[in-house]
Amino acid sequence: MGKMLKSGVTIKGTRNGLLFLLDDVRPFTVILNELRYKLEQSANIWDGPDTAVSIRLGQRQITRQEETELRQLFAIRRNLIIREIEAEGMPYLLDENRGIQIKTGTIRSGQMLEQRGDLLLLGDVNPGGSVRSTGSIYILGALRGLAHAGIEGDDSCIIAASIFRPTQLRIADAISRAPDKWEESELGSKFAYLLDGQIAVDKMNHLGQLWPDKVWKESRLRQ
Amino acid sequence: MGEAIVVTSGKGGVGKSTTSCNIGVSLALSDKKVCLVDTDIGLRNLDVLLGLENRIVFDLVDVIEENCLLSQALIKDQRCEELYLLPSAQAKDKSAVSATQINRLISQLKEQFDYVIVDCPAGIERGFKNAIRGAERAIVVTTAENTSVRDADRVIGLLEKEKIAPPKLIINRLRPKMIKNGGMMDIDEVTALLAIDLLGVVPEDEEIIRAGNLGEPLVFSTRSPASRAFYNIARRIQGESIPLLTFDREKKMVTKMKKWLGFA
Repeated sequence: MGKMLKSGVTIKGTRNGLLFLLDDVRPFTVILNELRYKLEQSANIWDGPDTAVSIRLGQRQITRQEETELRQLFAIRRNLIIREIEAEGMPYLLDENRGIQIKTGTIRSGQMLEQRGDLLLLGDVNPGGSVRSTGSIYILGALRGLAHAGIEGDDSCIIAASIFRPTQLRIADAISRAPDKWEESELGSKFAYLLDGQIAVDKMNHLGQLWPDKVWKESRLRQ
Repeated sequence: MGEAIVVTSGKGGVGKSTTSCNIGVSLALSDKKVCLVDTDIGLRNLDVLLGLENRIVFDLVDVIEENCLLSQALIKDQRCEELYLLPSAQAKDKSAVSATQINRLISQLKEQFDYVIVDCPAGIERGFKNAIRGAERAIVVTTAENTSVRDADRVIGLLEKEKIAPPKLIINRLRPKMIKNGGMMDIDEVTALLAIDLLGVVPEDEEIIRAGNLGEPLVFSTRSPASRAFYNIARRIQGESIPLLTFDREKKMVTKMKKWLGFA
């Protein structure tokens, strides 16, 4: 007999209520769909007294948004009450300060974009506008306003932009202002980082010295 | 049902009223029914630029307070077929009207006219908020100066929050000579920063001041570069696509001469 495909959602009864085991291999949306099907279809099974539910995610962590979706599904059955959500040996929620947030648009004078995690902005920051992030800030466009990376004190953050003309830069607690006049030779992508408590600016092709473990090199070995 | 277009800038003195007035007249000259609305309550100017100051009996605040009918407050400009002005009040201030009242008034005007041009006061406070209500298109006027571009940027940001089509840009009072020697930002610099569509570029022109003092909008009489620029803007508003004017004519003449002589 061939291998049986493991069910995405396994439900077990325990002394304390129901245990939902969610498969951690398949995409979470697939799991949610299967869960919705099971909760909606087999109507008669679920009707009954209030039952506590534990959800096991296995080796998967979920975002806050995914958690909301999950909880909304269980709202279909009023008597099923989620008591706990667990992942194996780690917090079930993904750390929001990790990962990259992508935004697009122009941040104009008087506007502020604030974000948790690293920020990738596909657009411009105009003078008088500001972007703030708990992580690093990468701008595919012109940075002409204020950028503050590591607003909660992370001093390993960088600020990078294709057109680097900020009025002011802040990384963690350090502040630096722009030179009074930009030289024409200073065109091109740049990044700012913290060096001994002070903000330093360098050309993008020198970023490898700051992040040696992220440097990409073409492998000499043919495979 | 017509369209309401608000002309705004944030900063004062960049030429909002001059622009409104000349665009209004140009539209009226191309056989559109146009109403110019001055919303700068307490500091009215549009009537002076149009030379209609002495004909004001009722004003915008009178209409809103229902002291008169809308038709009584509208002043017809005799020089055009269908150009009207709704003047603002001089003895009141901006708190005399609310945004909803203006909104109602503008929609009333839109039923009668093809274009309702709303001249907005400087600043981003109440007067501005009132003026942009009820408009479905916006024109942002700026000069090629840092301060005015900054304010224009702020205003564009505020307009984007409203139920208004993406604003269009007019760069006013441009001095080609100053751009050439680096004293003024050039058109590309301004449009790259503000990142909105350019509706037109108007060169600095002494005739504007003379026309304002005479109460005779520029587009009526002369064929000066500024007048042509405003006329082209009005045509672009009506959906035509017209190339931007070039202003460095002297250079052009020289190159033309060189061409004749076979140098270039």
